[in-house]
Amino acid sequence: MSMPLVNVCMPPPGAEQPWRLESYSKRGGYRVWKRALSGKLKAAKILDTVKASGLRGRGGAGFPTGLKWSFMPAGCKQPSYLVCNSDESEPGTCHDRDILRYNPHALIEGMALAAYAMGATVGYNYIRGEFLDEPVPRFLAALDEASAAGLIGRGLGRARVDFELHPFVGAGAYICGEETGLLESLEGKPGKPRFKPPFPAQSGLYGRPTTVNNTQTLACVPSILQNGAEWFKALGSPNSAGTMIYSVSGHVERPGNYEAPLGVSFNDLLEHAGGVWKGRQLKAVIPGGSSVPVLPAEIIRECAMDYDSLAQAGSSLGTGAVIVMDETTCMVSVLRRIARFYYAESCGQCTPCREGTGWLYRMLTRMLEGRAGVADLDLLLSVANNIEGHTICALGDAAAWPVQSFLKHFRPEFEARIRSSVARREVAHA
Amino acid sequence: MPDNSVRFTVDGRELEGAAGEMLIAATDREGIYVPRFCYHPKLSVAANCRMCLVDVEGAPKPLPACATPVAEGMSVRTHSQRAISAQRATMEFLLINHPLDCPVCDQGGECELQDLAMGFGRDISRFSEGKRAVPDPDLGPLVSTDMTRCIHCTRCVRFGEEIAGVQELGATGRSEHMEITTWVKRSLRHELSGNVIDVCPVGALNNKPYRFTARAWEMTAHPTVAPHDCVGSALYAHVLRGRVRRIVPRENEAVNETWISDRDRFSCEGLYVGDRLEKPLVRRNGRLVETGWEEALAAAADGLAQLREEQGGQALGALVSPSATCEEGYLLKKLMHALGSANIDYRLRRRDFRGQQKEPPAPWLGMRFAEVESLDSLLMVGCDLRGEAPILAHRVRKAALSGARVSYLDLAEREYLHPIEKAIAAPPGDWADALARAAADSLSGQGCAVWLGGLALRHPACSELLEIAADLPAEVVSGRVSEGGNAAGLGLAGVLPFADIPNDASFSPGMDAGLMQRQAPGGMVLMGAEPEFDCAAGAEDALAEAQFILALNPWASDWMRQHAHVVLPTATYLETPGTFVNGQLDWQSFAAAAPPPGLARPAWKVLRALAGRLELEGFGYSSPDQALADLRRQADSRPDAGPASSGGSAVDSQAAEEERFAGLQLPMHSVDGLVRRSLPLQQAAAA
Amino acid sequence: MSDKTPLSSAALSAIRASAARFPAGRQRSAVLDALRLAQSENGGWLSVPLMDAVAEALDMPPIQVYEVATFYSMFEVRPVGRHCVSVCTNISCWLRGGEELLAHLEKRLSIGVGESTANGRIYLKKEEECLAACAGAPMMMVDHRYYEHVSAEDADRIIGELQR
Repeated sequence: MSMPLVNVCMPPPGAEQPWRLESYSKRGGYRVWKRALSGKLKAAKILDTVKASGLRGRGGAGFPTGLKWSFMPAGCKQPSYLVCNSDESEPGTCHDRDILRYNPHALIEGMALAAYAMGATVGYNYIRGEFLDEPVPRFLAALDEASAAGLIGRGLGRARVDFELHPFVGAGAYICGEETGLLESLEGKPGKPRFKPPFPAQSGLYGRPTTVNNTQTLACVPSILQNGAEWFKALGSPNSAGTMIYSVSGHVERPGNYEAPLGVSFNDLLEHAGGVWKGRQLKAVIPGGSSVPVLPAEIIRECAMDYDSLAQAGSSLGTGAVIVMDETTCMVSVLRRIARFYYAESCGQCTPCREGTGWLYRMLTRMLEGRAGVADLDLLLSVANNIEGHTICALGDAAAWPVQSFLKHFRPEFEARIRSSVARREVAHA
Repeated sequence: MPDNSVRFTVDGRELEGAAGEMLIAATDREGIYVPRFCYHPKLSVAANCRMCLVDVEGAPKPLPACATPVAEGMSVRTHSQRAISAQRATMEFLLINHPLDCPVCDQGGECELQDLAMGFGRDISRFSEGKRAVPDPDLGPLVSTDMTRCIHCTRCVRFGEEIAGVQELGATGRSEHMEITTWVKRSLRHELSGNVIDVCPVGALNNKPYRFTARAWEMTAHPTVAPHDCVGSALYAHVLRGRVRRIVPRENEAVNETWISDRDRFSCEGLYVGDRLEKPLVRRNGRLVETGWEEALAAAADGLAQLREEQGGQALGALVSPSATCEEGYLLKKLMHALGSANIDYRLRRRDFRGQQKEPPAPWLGMRFAEVESLDSLLMVGCDLRGEAPILAHRVRKAALSGARVSYLDLAEREYLHPIEKAIAAPPGDWADALARAAADSLSGQGCAVWLGGLALRHPACSELLEIAADLPAEVVSGRVSEGGNAAGLGLAGVLPFADIPNDASFSPGMDAGLMQRQAPGGMVLMGAEPEFDCAAGAEDALAEAQFILALNPWASDWMRQHAHVVLPTATYLETPGTFVNGQLDWQSFAAAAPPPGLARPAWKVLRALAGRLELEGFGYSSPDQALADLRRQADSRPDAGPASSGGSAVDSQAAEEERFAGLQLPMHSVDGLVRRSLPLQQAAAA
Repeated sequence: MSDKTPLSSAALSAIRASAARFPAGRQRSAVLDALRLAQSENGGWLSVPLMDAVAEALDMPPIQVYEVATFYSMFEVRPVGRHCVSVCTNISCWLRGGEELLAHLEKRLSIGVGESTANGRIYLKKEEECLAACAGAPMMMVDHRYYEHVSAEDADRIIGELQR
């Protein structure tokens, strides 16, 4: 029997209009926040609980959330900021959109609790611009409801808590998902990541102490405080507490968002998604969004979907975006499509990424068009290696890792494809 | 070392630095070279070029030296395998889309990319894709663009935002399509914009008028000093085959840091224009004709001698450009005195000289330029600082950004580009009252100052303004932003109608510039001054009445062609040795960078020869240094105030308003003959 | 589609409201909202006078507005068709026929990606980002609205409605 699905960040199935305050309250929503507003739940207790819960950031890097919060200078002068990263754009990832659409109050309550824990009085939710039609209005409506109910604003409750929460809508740039690129964008600039140090906790939005957390991370927080750190820990596997909304896409029968305990086996997850489509065989999986290394079937089949297991297998949990590829997939074409994405989305400031991502894409194009030799694979790898670790933000790494992992696992297929493309081209020109 | 000092090692060497200081600043100080493109010590850290990656022990990846603060115990290797391979990787990426058109690039030979490619580049490119081509925006007459060469370091963008205070260039687009541009067709307007040429590490932004005129390695560099404002920026003149090809800044932290104004950079384009004189001119039968020096000097000496004979020495007068050198001013003063005249002045656009003998001899700022940055409050009266002294305006901007309260009293509000306390717009007739009020309202704190600028010094009641400023409480520094590059030097050289007058009963204080421009003495000597542009309004008509007019000038202006009797072709500041004293009283001597064209000669030599013709004693100087030594001795022994009888003239207070307040405003690119003849500057002014 | 369109008073007050969400002196943060408003008022693209008007409204140097407008993919700085159609071809959609769907639309509309139809009705945007509807692949976005599990027939119908 496969591991069952659970709902921590997502509302229970069948809930009516789960995005409404009424529905969220019925499910126990805002109970924790109201305790904080009444003065019964102290900021330090929230921080301790989140630390103890083992919650890690769901945006891709998996950094321990409580530890990140503790970097905010204690008792710092206001304003300091909490920023939610709803700029969901890692290819293959589509769960934050569903949190915004179906459970926006969990996010608002999570943000309020997080801000309170860190002493931040102002929050911004940075939502990607493409979400303008449905997720943004849902979030705004929830914000209005929360505001009308006295849950956000100034001088709230007996504890006279200040928490002002504002929406911010992006305008189309993958790099704004990087936290310092996001802060630049929030300041009204192109989203070019900042060099760290200083880290946002020292100098973030407008030079003030700032913490940026991902949507799903924050949406976990009310449940953790309601049910306790131990409950959350027990949901997942060691080092991987709680649940993850896995966005399963690609060659499966039932693509979708599946919230399951961390540590669910890949095979169980694939089964929830109906297995590989059309009765075909599994070839490869990118387990955490397009930036993480690809794993061939025989390796991913042995993996549990958590931080440690995927790291041991040479990849990463990333955003939990599980991209499934069947036996018919051309890995050279997949890699070129991924390379085109990083080429288009590089912000342009660092030399290796600005110049190198286009070079990778052009080489891969030549390989598919019969204008490359097998020796070009070494050049491809060398250029990827020269980008990796040499840029301000991780986009350079994200452009390099797919190249490295595709070549590591599928090099013979690349060589064969190069040869056949050359042969086809010669025939066409004959 | 201060308390916050930290110890760390670089390539095995023990170094000390201040905690938080960037590694590259420390290695630069110690002479350890780390390659870089985007880093510039005067600009914010961008860390985008990735050329300065070094190996820091314990760090998971190489770190940029420009953005890595030094820390206690840190161990850095700049030449380890990891550092070198990171730097080589960056160099390869920089070159793949760079055109490598070095043979036709003006930057060739002085290009940071070219230099580093020699050290870090590969012999053979591994890049076989097509190269990027980028359109070139038209940035106006001063800066040329070849944007395909751009390496996107953003120094020019940061220069605009951080130094100029107005962002004109930006980085549009993203990924490899990012472009440095104005986006819409827009010329660079800021008075310091030419500095982007120097901050650009490659040949993307270059000196437009200089384009294709020389190769960097063919030219010789001659240190000199800028003549157009009271800053006296340090310059190099680059010379090829006897001609100045371009001007670039010379670093002098105490004066201009690393910047120069566009006026100082591009005025050299006026050097060799059409009306430049290569031979002396003498009026014959009503027409100026070219002649040799013998004949011209004879005509000049005869003209002066004859008037002295007929009407006495007091019938002679001299007007000297405020950008003449100390030596030139001193020699002409000495010559006038020897001829029996004290009618000499360099304050050509000033109109009110009452009380002049009580003013300090050198009009200066009252403080060092660096001290400006730590002022608490500053009031500028009648001062178009960005136009008058752009580098000083940059210091004031820095002061304002770090909290100084800066106020202006002026005809109207201008574009200031920094936070201001007050901008008081008042008709000039109200300035005296307004100054007294504004000083009381806006000056406070440890360091405070009042500066009178060009408009105040050209004001018909200038003396009143000076007096109010001088009478402010002692803690208020009262300074002047004076015209020209050497007002302070000429003041110290005594080029004034009341200074150093021979102890001789026949001598009395002479005519000031205002008086000479209303009632011209019979014989006029004009040195570096073109009356139709360089004097107070109306002077050209009065001066034309003189019976004999001798001009010493590099060019023959229209007025001279019409009225002068002898025009002696002289050198510009680039063609003569000399000394300027700037607004913080630095004596800055310089050598000639290039020979003057044709028969033109440095004015100090011309004056020496003229004195010889006139058979005057004491002009046997074999170098300008000797004249300088004499004048400095004289300046040191001069009493603080001039004779009480030298009250000075003023404009008729009954005259109509428009006449009294005429000529207050002086456009930035009209200040002197060289600037007026620089076509690119005139085009920029018109753009 | 006039390139002289100034900002309407409604847009100006919306920009002011947006700027009020940020601390004093940080009104530049409202530039994305302001450009979005300006673009939607101007038939889907930003002219230089409009960008200059945004710069003035937010007290920014115009070049900083151009930098922003050219950095973010949702802003257009050249005239484009009235309806913006983006077909996602990023990895998850690509695996399920996104590229074929795009090719189908290019053929049907007789334009390449990045171009607009001659009648000015439809702009086929080159969409580089994943649009985060991977579970509904292939998907397309029309004027911000998401359509998921889109077949060629679905696309034809959706486009057909826009042509009217």
